[in-house]
Amino acid sequence: MAEIEFILNHQKIVSETDPSLRLLDYLRNTLAMSGTKEGCGEGECGACSVLLDGKVVNSCMVPMANVAGHEVTTIEGFRETKRYKILEQAFVQCGAVQCGFCTPGMIIASESLLRQNPHPSESEIREALSGNLCRCTGYNMIVDAVKKASEDGDGLW
Amino acid sequence: MSDINKTIERVDAREKISGIAKYVDDLKMEGEIYAKTIRATIAKGKITDISVPPLPEGYATVGVKDIPGKNFVKIIFDDQPVFTESEVTYFGEPIMLLVGPDKAVLRKIANEIRIAYKEEKPNLEWDDPMISYHFSKGDGDQPFQTASKTFSDVYITGYQEQAYLETQGLIGYPEGNRIVITGSMQCPYYIKNALINCLGCKDDMVRVIQQTVGGAFGGKEEFPSLMACQLAVAVYKMKKPVRLIYDRKEDMPVTTKRHPSRIRLEAAINKKNEITAIRAAVGLDGGANAGLSGVVLQRAMIASSGAYTFPNMDVTGRVYRTNTVPNGAFRGFGAPQMLFSIEMFIGHVAKFLGLDPFEFRMKYLAKQGDKTSTSGTFRDPIIMPELIGKAMKESDYLRKAQIYSAGNGYQGIGMSFFLHGCGFTGSGEATHIKARVRLEKDENDNVRILIAAVDMGQGIRTTMRKLVASILEIPMEKVIFDLPDTDFVPDSGPTVASRTMMIVGGLVDRCARKLKEKWLANEKQILEENFQQPEYVKWDEEKLAGDAYPAYSWGVNIVEVEIDKATCQVKPIGIWSEYDLGHAIDEMVIKGQCDGGIAQGVAYGYLEVMEQKDGRLRQKNLTDYIIPTAVDMPPTMSGVIDNPFALGPYGAKGAGELTLVGGAPAIAKAIEMAIKRNVTEIPVTPEKIRELIDNGRN
Repeated sequence: MAEIEFILNHQKIVSETDPSLRLLDYLRNTLAMSGTKEGCGEGECGACSVLLDGKVVNSCMVPMANVAGHEVTTIEGFRETKRYKILEQAFVQCGAVQCGFCTPGMIIASESLLRQNPHPSESEIREALSGNLCRCTGYNMIVDAVKKASEDGDGLW
Repeated sequence: MSDINKTIERVDAREKISGIAKYVDDLKMEGEIYAKTIRATIAKGKITDISVPPLPEGYATVGVKDIPGKNFVKIIFDDQPVFTESEVTYFGEPIMLLVGPDKAVLRKIANEIRIAYKEEKPNLEWDDPMISYHFSKGDGDQPFQTASKTFSDVYITGYQEQAYLETQGLIGYPEGNRIVITGSMQCPYYIKNALINCLGCKDDMVRVIQQTVGGAFGGKEEFPSLMACQLAVAVYKMKKPVRLIYDRKEDMPVTTKRHPSRIRLEAAINKKNEITAIRAAVGLDGGANAGLSGVVLQRAMIASSGAYTFPNMDVTGRVYRTNTVPNGAFRGFGAPQMLFSIEMFIGHVAKFLGLDPFEFRMKYLAKQGDKTSTSGTFRDPIIMPELIGKAMKESDYLRKAQIYSAGNGYQGIGMSFFLHGCGFTGSGEATHIKARVRLEKDENDNVRILIAAVDMGQGIRTTMRKLVASILEIPMEKVIFDLPDTDFVPDSGPTVASRTMMIVGGLVDRCARKLKEKWLANEKQILEENFQQPEYVKWDEEKLAGDAYPAYSWGVNIVEVEIDKATCQVKPIGIWSEYDLGHAIDEMVIKGQCDGGIAQGVAYGYLEVMEQKDGRLRQKNLTDYIIPTAVDMPPTMSGVIDNPFALGPYGAKGAGELTLVGGAPAIAKAIEMAIKRNVTEIPVTPEKIRELIDNGRN
């Protein structure tokens, strides 16, 4: 066990925890925050995406030791922002949601992209989302949604 | 709501986007314990000894001896045990559950359990048929005797994994002296009936409740019944809530897959270079037990004429038992294997005869009034020529096909024609399912839809409410559709077979119209509707003859590809689809089905590889079983042409499976054009393309 201090959704957390514990388990089990999903546990599917210092990571591949001193944002934190509302509306309007299991992770990956590149091209969107698997949509409606969000949220990113 | 197909906001979109929606793994129960499955580590043999270390307090094993009822999972045959007693028939077969409060302790104990086997050589040959069917149309034999020539080939398809993003998971808990199972599922009543059989209890002693489902695609049709039985026995023994949630590397090797197939097709050809008869011999690898394989086989066999009409047919089919994981339901259910085969075959016949493949295929296209493969009748208008014309125009098919066929630029464009029978095969709806739906109106005129159909992502929580609101001319907010709970919903059947909107929605439609007629404001009213087979649908279950389906949906897929000359990697660069699915209940929901279905269908044809070696699946996670990413999928255009079905709600027919079944032949044909070689096997991987270029037939 070790004392780990980090910022989670703008709040300081000091936790006595196993440094090898996966961030995903810490979020889902220790904190009972269930918006971050587990799809594969091997860093392939992106359902467990969170932002680490503003960039998308797979929380199933991040041990708590690597979180110390950093800033983590999950869907629970991000959904309180203006940018989230723009993305949410675009996902709704473009029909980007079916079973929904990949969706919080897709939103996090989209935020990470738009922070770095507020006006991405279609191929840049596809590239940025290629770490997030979706089995329902065939991706086109998700790509459309991110494109729409980048237009509707012009100036926010 | 004047026009039903106009898109409305999906009712569960915002709760899913924000992460608020609860899937089974997001639920926690007071006092719950975990279950871990102990599995066979050989593919075939006998268990000679099981040694379990002394267990700490609160830990227990749950196995065959704890089952109060029968040790099989009720589905069609009685051949799938809940826990295997001594015979091991596939690698990963469940032997018992280990249950207790701490997951880490469970893992440690599991590692200390010793199981001794008398191992036998697994049978991986297709030589042990467990199910056989045969039917014929016209005279399937004589045309071969008088044929001026014949042509035959064998078509091979591989496994496909559903790869739902949410793995299999259920939670069981006691409720008084009853047992409740809740979680990720397609068919609450399949589970309920399996529980009654396994627990040996009365109908009212078990309850099944669906939670939000993170994708299913057939993978959660029959498999959850096995897990539910195991879990119910654990709850019965422990009297506590128990969670059984697989991680991906447990889920992928032991859950049901799409059946690998080997299909031999033979055409009798007369002097005028016309096909006079088709012979089809279908082989499916069923895996270790029958499960739903017989029904999958029937659907494959019935699809053996594809979107065409042949005057004479002889169709045989077998499901072979092998010592591999049992195969089962997957969107398309036997049709993808057959449609790949017949679509490639008819092109190969044309090439063999030196005829233009497009004209040859158009000549045999099924028309209204034609006899189906099972000698039933295509009663409704068939608008394939319109669908084909529209798809060809939008994709610029003819021009591209001409250029690519002549060139050697490793580019190709392929077009598939297909149909999909809507609802259960034959008399299944009338004799086996007997669907019932209920609408309940309260004193405030809120109308509750009570059906057992599950929203697994396909959007029926939205479309069913929209349907009822539209008929009753009341706001969507006045229509309630909760997640199915067998304590409240009647058995409207499983969420499978492209039946939910056409069959269940059709009943809901009729029920809503009755309610509208009898509407008494501010009074409680309950109305029910039961399935009745349309008079004209006649089916002989013994002979597999007659109308296999009450209606058919139709489609055209066009896929354009580029192939890297050095690596043989295939890149789809455009996809166009046109469908006749009757009438869309919501355009955006249908677009979601179109785009997602074809992604799975195309990937089945070129990308998704799953193989077994010595009876063990080699792919265990999404790291080695590759499904398409956003980069793999090209822009996808899809459209529908209205062709309302009289008995469907607002004219709707089946849509869920139709969008998958034509993907593989379309891309395989595109690859054929690009490499100028016949493709007879999917997935067409870079290795196979290299082999075809070096040694294949042109």
